Amino acid sequence: MSLGINRLAKGGLIDRTKRIGFSFDGRQLAGYEGDTLASALVANHVKLVGRSFKYHRPRGLLGAGAEEPNGLVALGAGARTEANTKATLVELFEGLEATSQNRFPSLRLDLQAMNGLLSPFFAAGFYYKTFMWPRGFWERLYEPAIRRAAGLGRASTAPDPDRYEKANAFCDVLVIGGGPAGLIAAHDLGRGGARVILAEQDFVLGGRLLAERLTVGDAPGAAWAREVERELAAMPNVTILRRTAVFAAYDQGGFAAVESAAPDAGEGVARQTLWRIAARASILATGAVERPIVFGGNDRPGVMLASAVRSYVNRFGATPGWSVAILASSDDGWSTAADLGAAGVPVVAVIDRREEVGEAVKALAPRGTRLILGGEVVGSQMRRLALSAIDVLAKDGTRTRINADCLAMAGGWTPAAGLATHLGGKMHWSEKVGAPVATEAAPGMFIAGAAAGAFALRAALAGGAGAAREAATLLGLKAVAPEVPVASDEFGAAVPIRLPARKSRGPAFVDFQNDVTAKDIKLAVQEGFASPEHLKRYTTLGMATDQGRTSGVNGLALLAEATGHAMADLAPTTARPPDSPVAIGALAGPRRGRAFRSIRRISSHCWAEENGAVFGEAGLWLRPRWYARPGEADWLTTVTREVNAVRGAVGVCDVSTLGKIDVQGPDAGAFLDRVYVNTFSTLPAGKARYGVMLREDGIVFDDGVTARLGEDRYLVSTTTANAVRVMQHLEYCHQVLWPGLDVQMTSVTEAWGQYAIAGPRSREVAGALFGGGLDVSDAAFPALTAREVDLDGLGARLFRVSFSGELAYEVAVPANFGWQLFERILRAGEPFGIAPYGTEALGVLRIERGHVAGNEINGQTTAGDLGLGRMMSAKKDFVGKTLAQRPGLVAADRPVLVGVRPVEAQERISGGAHFLDMGARPSLENDLGHVTSVAFSPSLGAWIGLGLLRRGRERTGETVRAYDPVRGRDTAVKVVSPIFIPERGG
Amino acid sequence: MRYSALSLAWNALTGHRGWRPAWRDADPKDEYDIVIVGGGGHGLATAYYLAKEHGLRRVAVLEKSWIGSGNVGRNTTIVRSNYLLPENIRFYEFSMKLWERLEQDLNYNAMVSQRGVLNLYHSDAQRDAFARRGNAMRLGGVDAELLDREAVRRLYPFLDFDHARFPIQGGLLQRRGGTVRHDAVAWGYARGASDRGVDIVQNCEVTGIIVEGGRAAGVETTRGRIRAKKIGLAVAGNTSRLGEMAGLRLPIESHVLQAFVTEAVKPLIDGVITFGAGHFYVSQSDKGGLVFGGDLDGYGSYAARGNLPTVEDVCEGGMALMPMIGRLRILRSWGGIVDMSMDGSPIIDRTPVDGLYLNGGWCYGGFKATPASGWCFAHLLAKGEPHPAAAGFRLDRFATGHLLDEKGQGATPNLH
Repeated sequence: MSLGINRLAKGGLIDRTKRIGFSFDGRQLAGYEGDTLASALVANHVKLVGRSFKYHRPRGLLGAGAEEPNGLVALGAGARTEANTKATLVELFEGLEATSQNRFPSLRLDLQAMNGLLSPFFAAGFYYKTFMWPRGFWERLYEPAIRRAAGLGRASTAPDPDRYEKANAFCDVLVIGGGPAGLIAAHDLGRGGARVILAEQDFVLGGRLLAERLTVGDAPGAAWAREVERELAAMPNVTILRRTAVFAAYDQGGFAAVESAAPDAGEGVARQTLWRIAARASILATGAVERPIVFGGNDRPGVMLASAVRSYVNRFGATPGWSVAILASSDDGWSTAADLGAAGVPVVAVIDRREEVGEAVKALAPRGTRLILGGEVVGSQMRRLALSAIDVLAKDGTRTRINADCLAMAGGWTPAAGLATHLGGKMHWSEKVGAPVATEAAPGMFIAGAAAGAFALRAALAGGAGAAREAATLLGLKAVAPEVPVASDEFGAAVPIRLPARKSRGPAFVDFQNDVTAKDIKLAVQEGFASPEHLKRYTTLGMATDQGRTSGVNGLALLAEATGHAMADLAPTTARPPDSPVAIGALAGPRRGRAFRSIRRISSHCWAEENGAVFGEAGLWLRPRWYARPGEADWLTTVTREVNAVRGAVGVCDVSTLGKIDVQGPDAGAFLDRVYVNTFSTLPAGKARYGVMLREDGIVFDDGVTARLGEDRYLVSTTTANAVRVMQHLEYCHQVLWPGLDVQMTSVTEAWGQYAIAGPRSREVAGALFGGGLDVSDAAFPALTAREVDLDGLGARLFRVSFSGELAYEVAVPANFGWQLFERILRAGEPFGIAPYGTEALGVLRIERGHVAGNEINGQTTAGDLGLGRMMSAKKDFVGKTLAQRPGLVAADRPVLVGVRPVEAQERISGGAHFLDMGARPSLENDLGHVTSVAFSPSLGAWIGLGLLRRGRERTGETVRAYDPVRGRDTAVKVVSPIFIPERGG
Repeated sequence: MRYSALSLAWNALTGHRGWRPAWRDADPKDEYDIVIVGGGGHGLATAYYLAKEHGLRRVAVLEKSWIGSGNVGRNTTIVRSNYLLPENIRFYEFSMKLWERLEQDLNYNAMVSQRGVLNLYHSDAQRDAFARRGNAMRLGGVDAELLDREAVRRLYPFLDFDHARFPIQGGLLQRRGGTVRHDAVAWGYARGASDRGVDIVQNCEVTGIIVEGGRAAGVETTRGRIRAKKIGLAVAGNTSRLGEMAGLRLPIESHVLQAFVTEAVKPLIDGVITFGAGHFYVSQSDKGGLVFGGDLDGYGSYAARGNLPTVEDVCEGGMALMPMIGRLRILRSWGGIVDMSMDGSPIIDRTPVDGLYLNGGWCYGGFKATPASGWCFAHLLAKGEPHPAAAGFRLDRFATGHLLDEKGQGATPNLH
């Protein structure tokens, strides 16, 4: 196992005493603590790291940070595979497994590299012009081929086994970025007492200070950063979040960030944490990204950003090559030469595209370096899939081939201020900066350092201190006299964008990952895709996983040239969240699997679980669908037994899920009169009444039995499904429509456990339950009585209401006592053969009785449709009354509630079948309505259904088709009254 | 130049010198017969069909920004006709049929891909509701299949069948549904319209609607006054604002809808899947990114940006449905402004102002409607009469009660 032939003998911020083993494409390699995967690959002389998206060209690392377009690997294996991971952002850890992507059969031999030969055909937008003939071939032939070739990494199809958490944080100032500007800002604010959060994507604070040989005060930059970090860590009002990428800015000072666990955090620690940060102000100090230079063959493995070369050499003590050439548009090229020289790496040439360079700058190049001013690189050579030489065109027209295994490109810097535009701020071209800058940031956001175009260290530090002062002033916090240390000042002048040399040979890449070339941009403009957004969408420029960090400005410059526009006339495309890609798992957090949504359980849940209940979801509730007994063949047998128990003896059902709203106040009755179609103010205390509510648009909203428990007290009950919406509606009516009414309401759904005791023997069970202490006879407790009663000292409620059409009572107690009551009912009912019944039996019972429920109250039906029209009081106004009179809602041919029975008794029908006249052609024109609910009626020994049928009331006795092609059924059914079994006792 | 494999090959061999702009970037004239406000999918399609089907050439499309910058370029690219109500089935199936021959008609590959749209159900009641919808589709001549759990599992074995809070019971599948490359729709229609003489005017924002004697007579724009005999608004998202310029108060609210795309991965999800126990829909683009979305942000807004709680909610739905996507990363998101109408269905109709016509209220459904919307709006503009396929999309239906409420949510626009 090698520790790397490209590892320099000394230097770097790595811990050479801690060796870390890892693998790349199965090769066992090693690096040091402090390495990234990318730097360890550089140290091990791994030049070829990936293949490009379209042409599958061999690619090496271009950058050393979030801008990396080429070095994408699959990290880990199996369910933990993390596709498309930027090697530059991966902290090296023992046992790391990385695999290259988008190649077959291997990274070195990729058959799809043949695409490169066809590149003239694969020009920008080629697919819009072909693959259209013959028509069916797109899905069958062309598209599958394109889909297989596209994509980068392969995702696992096994559930993500890791855990994700969410956290909330609040601060005065969120400082985004822990480079020099961010550090000094956090430090100043922290000393002033502000609550500060400093978030840094890297695992070490310092930003470019780690990668440059710059000094702050009299210390090396990295040492200064460590000292500031030590001081910040000692401040209780400052929180440092390392490995944390702030990826979005939201309204009202909201930010989202994702923190990754350290690789050695151990089992049980969440892989990532989503931070929701509320900040009164923010400082954006996210630095800048260096631009590549666009020339033919600029994508060979070994061609790299100069800033990345310095990162690898200075921070990681690893050199990307042993004969490095430098192509510069900026002075940074020269400082790269100086750094390489200092590290003992031979620099073969510095080619500066500018004709004149200051003497002080020139002096940076190691002695003996070949200097070519006004030169261009116009081509590159590759040997064994890595750069071997570059072709240089001097200003006098002579061409030279220079052997080099690495070319460092210094094309100038682009501020990385994407977060500034998330709230609608715009970027504008700045001649002074030589790049687009955010002219208006989000409210309360201050941009500092290189992110604001202050690329030189001194200016960046001053900018950070200035931003801290502005933030403190905005918040009325104590401003601390900034101490801007004297720092070394490198060269930060604006760099004019240079276009590719005309004599450049081979494809000149602008967007490396998506294989967008200078030629593609020219072609797009030629075809009219000349606005930056059209260009992006037509060529896919800037749409890769690096989010256009290295391609955006070069693309704009080429666009400006092709259209004759000035850079200032071209608005860069809008940056949108996320600023850096974020895992879906982190955004979902712990809400997955069974924890996706909370579970609401009824008070008899445990008993039900132990007694054969099969549960079904009713919104968030779990309700028993039926209680299977040993030996019962299928659910229908069970449900039939439960129905028969209710019809023949007695059953008990947990109905606690029904919504319950306590409405109190002198105007409670008047209030309910306005929200129900029928009248409640005249209901005597101690009585209950069935009520129907409409929406404002006149459609039926909900129904239920509401009781008057006292002069000023009502208990509204709602359906399970609408409990929340009815509450919202009542609050809206009260607060918005009639604030003058003296009425209050609160939801008490969870406060009560409530049980229906139904069947001919229910009176005996109710009597036994109250042990003779309460007269439940018909005379003393007639139908629709609602009373607060004493149950062994417990305040209970007893209602005589029925959903099944049988004699029935509902008894309610505070929910904590619910399960005890349920068991007591079972004991009291035992002599009478009581059986608990679930929602399926409940459904059968109500369908047999023609009671409407959610399938009929579906948001599309009127009271008239459901046979409830006569309940609508003519004597008063109520919500929905006026709009319910609209012609479309009172039309005579609307489908109305009917009962249906198959003509052949043994046949079965299903919900969702549509009605057609016998013999009518199946068509929308002939559609007469649909079956809403079905049940097997044990009493009738047949399947029955409710439905909505056009002019249905006039058609009783006729036969129609229940047409159900999606289930392959077509059944003749007879139209009957929806009441299959008459009321008995209520 | 006509696009074909041959023209592509010829150009590839001759340095692509032959290609011309896909559409003319026209300067506005003083007057047109018809001005379409809005250079999105619907506006461009309307112009195309006005020129092609009705022979009208003195037509301009005015776009405040670059064409396709609105919802046609910011959606989850799904096309389908799996509706419940007859008016919607007729219209969206008409649209589906136009999609099926769009590329040959436009000579532009918009990558119409009939990969299937599967709506999952998680309860018996939902199954019956889907059966009702599927049967209605079949009555309307639309393909629909009701799948049970095992059939869904065969299609998508990686969905969470075993540990789900709301177990999947089955799904309603429309195999002819699928996806279309959204930008290409705008470009293809623009090219077709421009070739037939339509002026496509970009960077031309309408700032006022000129009404003379109760009749629309033209528009004020950032590029000057333009007179027109007829004006068609196709500005979904901004319909309420534009309507106000003509004094109209419309039954529409503007809401934010976010959508998301992940980094590209090799083929993973073949068709379109929608979760039935939360709001989440997903497909995979030809480039490899998962494209997905969910609920509206919940409040009215004209600001094209979303909020974090909705992002989290959408991702929770995604993880609940397919827990293997936890390590896939979201690459981009966007918040588009959609016209939410009071019953969840659109409006293609005349307005109370003579000469001013309205196409809007598309809610979530605008993209899939593009061809039929253009076709029917062109018909209305050219003939003054509604096209039969869009006859239900009346502006006065809220007054008459002939509502088209697919979901039964009532006049609460953000619930549709």
